[in-house]
Amino acid sequence: MVTSIHQLDDGAWVSVNDSREVNVSDLWQLACSDVCDCEPTDFLAEGFVEVSVARGRVKARIAGQCIGCGADGITDWLELGRADPETGAFRSVVPSSVHCPGSHRRLAADE
Amino acid sequence: MPTKVEGWKDETYGNEVRERIYEFAEEGWESIPDDEHDAWFERFKWWGLYHQRKGQESYFMMRIGTPNGVLEPGQLEVVADVADEFARGPVDNPEFGGAVCDWTTRQSIQLHWIKLEDIPEIWDRLESVGLSTQQACGDSWRNIVGCPVAGKDKEEFIDAWPVAEQLNETFKGNDEYANLPRKWKVSVTGCSEGCGQGDINDLAFEPAVKLIDGEETKGFNIRVGGGLSRKEPRLARSIDVFVTPEETADIAAACSALFREHGDREDRFNARIKFLVDEWGTEKFRRVLDEEFVDGELRTAGEDLRDEYTYNAGHSHDEDGHADHVGVHEQPDGNYYVGLSVLVGRMAADEVRELAHLADEYGSGEVRLTQRQNIIVTDVDSDRLDAFLDEDLLEYHSPEPGVFMRGSIACTGTEYCSLSIVETKNRMVRYGRWMQDNIDVPEGMTDFHTHLSGCTASCAQPQIADISLRGMKTRKDGEPVEAFDIGLGGGLGENPQFASWVEMRVAADEVPGYIRNLIEFFADAREDGESFREFIARHETETLTGLVEPEETSYTDPFMHNTKMTWYPYAEADDMDASPAPTNDQGDPLPSDD
Ligand code: HEM
Ligand code: SF4
Ligand SMILES: [Zn+2]
Repeated sequence: MVTSIHQLDDGAWVSVNDSREVNVSDLWQLACSDVCDCEPTDFLAEGFVEVSVARGRVKARIAGQCIGCGADGITDWLELGRADPETGAFRSVVPSSVHCPGSHRRLAADE
Repeated sequence: MPTKVEGWKDETYGNEVRERIYEFAEEGWESIPDDEHDAWFERFKWWGLYHQRKGQESYFMMRIGTPNGVLEPGQLEVVADVADEFARGPVDNPEFGGAVCDWTTRQSIQLHWIKLEDIPEIWDRLESVGLSTQQACGDSWRNIVGCPVAGKDKEEFIDAWPVAEQLNETFKGNDEYANLPRKWKVSVTGCSEGCGQGDINDLAFEPAVKLIDGEETKGFNIRVGGGLSRKEPRLARSIDVFVTPEETADIAAACSALFREHGDREDRFNARIKFLVDEWGTEKFRRVLDEEFVDGELRTAGEDLRDEYTYNAGHSHDEDGHADHVGVHEQPDGNYYVGLSVLVGRMAADEVRELAHLADEYGSGEVRLTQRQNIIVTDVDSDRLDAFLDEDLLEYHSPEPGVFMRGSIACTGTEYCSLSIVETKNRMVRYGRWMQDNIDVPEGMTDFHTHLSGCTASCAQPQIADISLRGMKTRKDGEPVEAFDIGLGGGLGENPQFASWVEMRVAADEVPGYIRNLIEFFADAREDGESFREFIARHETETLTGLVEPEETSYTDPFMHNTKMTWYPYAEADDMDASPAPTNDQGDPLPSDD
């Protein structure tokens, strides 16, 4: 099935197949982010700026700030999780493990 | 390319959504097609229904728009009954109980835990007494705000209540202005104190006087493009136009048509009119308004009353007319209005019912909501005033609250709201009590505004407070905890000023200590008779940063852990997985479909 994604309420959350899956207020650990030089960037998600999906992989650019150093910014494309192409069920990544935004280029949206 | 939300709005929006809500209510939660949830919940907002946050699926916040905050006789009791019967969640709030009403910063009412199946019955009851949830949320004319004592104020310049009423009648349910690019917030002020808070609204009517055909004519100057949301606060800007009270609906139609046609439908982040005013400037705004949307000539602005504005201006409520509307004030007809301080704007349903009875017994039955989340009982008979003031309910919701209780405002926060970062209302109650018990109030300090917002949307209007608190996170002993950015020195008045953000990411349990230290510092370092706002204004932001330290104190905070990760922060078993939602019409969990 085609994965449908929306970023709603001023970017408060990302919906995958009409189910609210990823929220603002999570802390993401980002290696190799250009938000700041902290290793890792201890990133508070405050708003989803853009979302995309390709072959079930849901990505977003997130506005927020590093709670370590205070720098704010918008991340490069960051994988939020995967939707099963058969059932549509979404498996979120674990924000508190370390992520590397931008490590996969943005893929064309398939919706 | 227009956004997805615009696509949904193009298909179905506004009045026609109501029929579908009736159908869904009839058939139950599961009748909303799985792949249309997002679209429908976006549309539901137009009818005042906001889907509560993750973990609370199938429950709605319902907003009732009460123009100018006015609840006519008979309405409050119905609100109490509806709250009591339908706004009860699976778990009680430990501070406020099981069914509550929230008075909001835009003079509206919010109920929570509303189930889809109950909406028709609720609408029947509300509408039978003339209350409505129409356009209370969503992209159109929101509840119109104004001076809550319009028509009851001895010093007022012009009675703006009929104007607000007329605007409400003209624009509620009006298909022409039903689908705007974003919310449209209007304020009408008729008093000379500035308490309509026009400065932070999309469209503001502000009292002014103009010589027309040799006659001093009272009316309004127009400002556009104010708002606090995101980290982009703006004050409304004058477009150099004066209108008479009779002309307000026409010019309001023109301004909202301009917004409808020229607002940004491709980027919701950029859609509010404040950004169009940024882009165009006020001269172009006026020119386009004049050329494309107005028949006849626009008048230039009249002489305004802004130099008399005292509302939220850092003064003491003792000096000024109606000030924050709390307390006992005489009306022009010899009756009194009594403003009650409702901490964080929340009252239990049984208290609301009691208040409705008291308003009937001692007054006309009318009550009014303020933009400081408080409630005013109007038309209290002068002979019965003392008896009213002796009523038990007024001991807690007091017309003479302590300084810190009086000044506190808090938004909804992680209890229900998707955007939130931190817990808000219960925490502000605890802050307020602790401050009241532990801070020595400096001489002459009668007012001190603490506005606490759970995120940058700024529903609690943090940027216009003495102390601004905005939800954040930090780490304490390595663990993530709820925190606040702290701002100082905001307020309205003749020279409105947004807060300067001076301390970032202060752990929530160290905020009361910070405030105490700051107030002690102020008491020592102030010049003779200097107000807190003046004191802050005299210092540069750099000086204010680090002026005093945040500190742990006897204050304890039960909400330090990530409350947003819970399904409900006060539940015994608060894990997301323990949530009963989504539920059926009886509140029983529905089988999950995966
Ligand atoms: C259940 C969820 C929510 C609740 C309970 C809630 C509550 C409130 C309240 C009480 C107000 C002020 C009163 C009023 O308008 O009558 C308000 C205003 C506001 N809300 Fe929300 N809200 C919620 C979700 C949201 C969302 C999702 C957004 C963003 C899309 C948002 C953005 C705002 C903004 C920007 C303001 C006003 C600030 C300004 O003047 O610009 N709120 N909200
Ligand atoms: S300020 Fe943020 S957290 Fe508070 S009610 Fe508004 S949107 Fe929700
Ligand atoms: Zn007023």
